[in-house]
Amino acid sequence: MALQRIFDIIVGTLLSQNMALIYILGMCSLIAISTSVKNALNMGIAVTIVTTVTAVINWPIYQLLKLSNTTHLSLLVFIITIAATVQIIEMMIEKYLPKLYQSFGIFLPLITVNCIILAVSLFFVNRDYNFVETAAFSFGSGLGWLLAIVMLAGVRQKVNRVSNIPKGLRGRAIAFVILGILALAFIGFTGIGSI
Amino acid sequence: MKWIRLKYKKWYQILKNGIADTNPIVVSVLGICSALAVTNRVENAIAMGIGVTFVIMASSATVSLLRNLIPPKVRMVAYMVIISTFTIMVQMFLEGFFPTIATRLGAYVGLIITNCIVMGRAEAFAIKNPVRYTLVDGFANGMGYTFVLIAISSIREVLAFGEFLGMRVMPESWINWGLFALAPGGFFVLAMIAWLLRTMTKQYEEQEA
Repeated sequence: MALQRIFDIIVGTLLSQNMALIYILGMCSLIAISTSVKNALNMGIAVTIVTTVTAVINWPIYQLLKLSNTTHLSLLVFIITIAATVQIIEMMIEKYLPKLYQSFGIFLPLITVNCIILAVSLFFVNRDYNFVETAAFSFGSGLGWLLAIVMLAGVRQKVNRVSNIPKGLRGRAIAFVILGILALAFIGFTGIGSI
Repeated sequence: MKWIRLKYKKWYQILKNGIADTNPIVVSVLGICSALAVTNRVENAIAMGIGVTFVIMASSATVSLLRNLIPPKVRMVAYMVIISTFTIMVQMFLEGFFPTIATRLGAYVGLIITNCIVMGRAEAFAIKNPVRYTLVDGFANGMGYTFVLIAISSIREVLAFGEFLGMRVMPESWINWGLFALAPGGFFVLAMIAWLLRTMTKQYEEQEA
């Protein structure tokens, strides 16, 4: 039963409730970094890790806030946790995995201001998830975002190489058109999985 | 004839840059998440625009007041704390006085914290300018954001619900184009507005290799 629920949440967040293409979150970095598939993949992996870790840390903190009846401060507490976690992860990767740091270290500071990280923490509050559900939800959301940024980067690379884009749409504006078409396709997944 | 010299004043330039030349959404492509997620109703767009304008002005002014005290190394965390304080104020205000809008905006009010425009203005402008200019700059950027939000939401609400600010504007025979209330509609409308404004202002981007 529990396993089925976890599977449901992960598939749902990956397809029918995709953070980037259905909820329109994390757009700033999605558009800024999707110029090549390689960078997009690194950023996606970094976001997945940070989303999962911060949500798992924020869940017990939120329970504490609930006990002490100060939930209106949750925004402030969450954002500080996120900033601190990102800083610690960055330092740890720099120390122990220097090779990995070179490939996606520069994206880590950017992640603090990626809305998807904070949004995942706010959504589990709204939906009253338990700990396991929170972990599955945050991991799936990160993966869904990774899927979206890699697809966008692939299409953008190809479009830039082969087609003659109207002047006013060049650069970041064409990314919106591509995202619109991708989002249209993802609406077709409605009903798969439940969160 | 004093007004002719207006455009040589610094605050006039700041105002013009924020609203038109470097419009946060259309030209610099910042703060897209909230710009698309809340714009299926004009009402929501106005509430969000005013909230963001308030947060930008208040946090820029605070950052600018403290600019000589914040050590450069921890400035990001300092911005975060300042911005989230004002965001909590906006959230509590909306919940207290406009509960329907607060429930409709949901988590997106909290996401003002991670709106790149607020952070961007603090980092690019407020940290090195005196308070009076940061207020003008915050107002200009907030208004630039609000105008684009209202433009997007007027198109989307009319097409998706046949209404404008809750009033019926389309004929009874109009079939609601539900797609425009969802994510793809937002992306397409924003792409078209960006195309229009970039062609009008001739602010093109180079094609990436």
